[in-house]
Amino acid sequence: MSILKSREAILAFAILALLALIASRFPGFVTPGNLARVLTDTSPLILLALGQMAVILTKCIDLSVAANLALCGMIAALMNGAGVPLPLILLAVIALGAALGAVNGLMVWKLGIPSIVVTLGTMTIYRGTIFLLTGGAWINAHQMSEGFKAFPRTIIAGLPVMTWIALAVVAGVAVLMNRTALGRAFHAVGGNPHAAVYTGISVGRTQFAAFVLAGALAGLTGYLWVARYAVAYVDIAGGFELDVVAACVIGGIAIAGGSGTVAGCVMGALFLGIIKNALPVVGISPFWQMAISGAAILVAIAFNATSQRESGRIILKQAEHRT
Amino acid sequence: MTTATGRQIPDRLTSPLSRALKSWEALLLVVAVAIFIANSLASPYFLDPWNLSDASFNFTEKAMIAFAMAMLIIAGEIDLSVGSIIALASTVMGAAAAAGMGTPALVVLGLGTGLVCGAFNGLLVARFGLPSIVVTIGTMSLFRGISYIALGDGAYTTYPDSFAWFGQGYVWWVITVELVIFALAALAFGILLHRTNFGRMVYAIGNNATAARFSGIRVEKIRFILFLLTGLMSGIASICLTSRLGSTRPSIASGFELEVVTIVVLGGVSILGGSGSIAGVVLAALVMGLVTFGLGLLNVPGIVMSIIMGLLLISVIALPRLWTMLRK
Repeated sequence: MSILKSREAILAFAILALLALIASRFPGFVTPGNLARVLTDTSPLILLALGQMAVILTKCIDLSVAANLALCGMIAALMNGAGVPLPLILLAVIALGAALGAVNGLMVWKLGIPSIVVTLGTMTIYRGTIFLLTGGAWINAHQMSEGFKAFPRTIIAGLPVMTWIALAVVAGVAVLMNRTALGRAFHAVGGNPHAAVYTGISVGRTQFAAFVLAGALAGLTGYLWVARYAVAYVDIAGGFELDVVAACVIGGIAIAGGSGTVAGCVMGALFLGIIKNALPVVGISPFWQMAISGAAILVAIAFNATSQRESGRIILKQAEHRT
Repeated sequence: MTTATGRQIPDRLTSPLSRALKSWEALLLVVAVAIFIANSLASPYFLDPWNLSDASFNFTEKAMIAFAMAMLIIAGEIDLSVGSIIALASTVMGAAAAAGMGTPALVVLGLGTGLVCGAFNGLLVARFGLPSIVVTIGTMSLFRGISYIALGDGAYTTYPDSFAWFGQGYVWWVITVELVIFALAALAFGILLHRTNFGRMVYAIGNNATAARFSGIRVEKIRFILFLLTGLMSGIASICLTSRLGSTRPSIASGFELEVVTIVVLGGVSILGGSGSIAGVVLAALVMGLVTFGLGLLNVPGIVMSIIMGLLLISVIALPRLWTMLRK
């Protein structure tokens, strides 16, 4: 437990150091108003990273979240165009996102197909479906109703609704992970699948639940994304799944499953969000972002691996460890 | 991933002939022939040799990488960064061409970049023991990210005339240079996997890495070589693709990793490692090429083809499992 604590402490320290570095040249970046903007800008990443965290905890990975987001966002825009009221749209995108996640989950649970193959496939299928729905057409700001666009940006107590939703989901997932049987099951399944079976936990069903959670959050984020940027087309959030996995890995979620915290996950997302927002301020081309998040993933997994030197059998331990 | 990996010993030996007839490769061959006939009936333009030669570009570059990827997946690893290696190698070659270098230098740089990228992946996986999925997701961002840093929204479009030979040249009649490279690569990887000690070790590692290590196989070294080979083949594919397109953008070859993995899995290579053959991969590449060409003749847009690829990838793995589930 002390290792886990110290890892989050190191990450928090890294974020503070990063902020201090930026502030030394651009004090305007660390004003409360701007930090709130960074938090808002990072909200979609936080939402998706929390869902991905549940999936990764159960030894799986979901590469289809960004495509799920794009499809649900497009459905939200189309429903809005058809005059469906906003609360109904919100329910629909969450349900649709959960259903798309359930498709992934079912194939992992019932057919035992490795999650990377399933989600690599559904990633293209979900995104292709947007093209089938729209023929590649864009839905632009003037085709969306004012209420649809305004909701995520409505300011309540100094922060936009989108940020409040992200904070509420953070709190909800924290309770889920730490205070419910399902949350413990996520950890148990990833930590030791065989032991989990002996304690009466269904590995497949828990993985299914994780995919449904990730899908529902992706669906919700789909609406928020489309409404905030006021545009929907086939390629929105293209490649975002890599940022999401990066946020989790940086946040110390072990890719082998079973270990990781909500706080780490949120800080991992914030770390990337701060870099993304700071690049234009510092005067570095935004084209650097992709390489930076790639490098951050590699540094983070290397760091995670060195801090996870487990104890175990002595005989041929090194040989065992490497395989 | 709770699939049982235990092996059953058959109570009766099957004859080699019936085994060959029932094999995955035989099924693929039937599918390929069926698609070929269906295509030639569906479109009068299909059977033209020049059209078929053009259509081979649909799969040659991807299949070159698929051979190396097949060995990697048989050994229980995966490389999702192949598309990004192509992008980075293409960017390096584009920069060198812009600086006035000749074709031989470009080829060396393309191959070299592929090898360096492969070595980087291999080092992280084999030397530091990191999981290959995450490592290559990271390098997928990193390699293509470097291309974006170098190029931004620009492009390299000037290449020496002689460089066009790799992607646009013909060796004899309708036989393209790429087809020859594809055939040579198939032969080389077929021999490497099925006729050498190295190939046996790859299967051994994929079936049980711990047992392989205890029987004296240098698992890390083999894994490193496999990543190196995948990088090298991505470098060769990058030379062909860049030469064929005559231009480099950072988004070049995006999504290649999906199609390469699809070819490998369609070819009957177990995604969990341990089994598969190069012959299957060759046939799967032909099937993919024929399907995309046929759909192209029917004016199906590219993104719809990618849906079909995704469905193909999942159903190829799902259907046999569904079948065994239903039979129980």
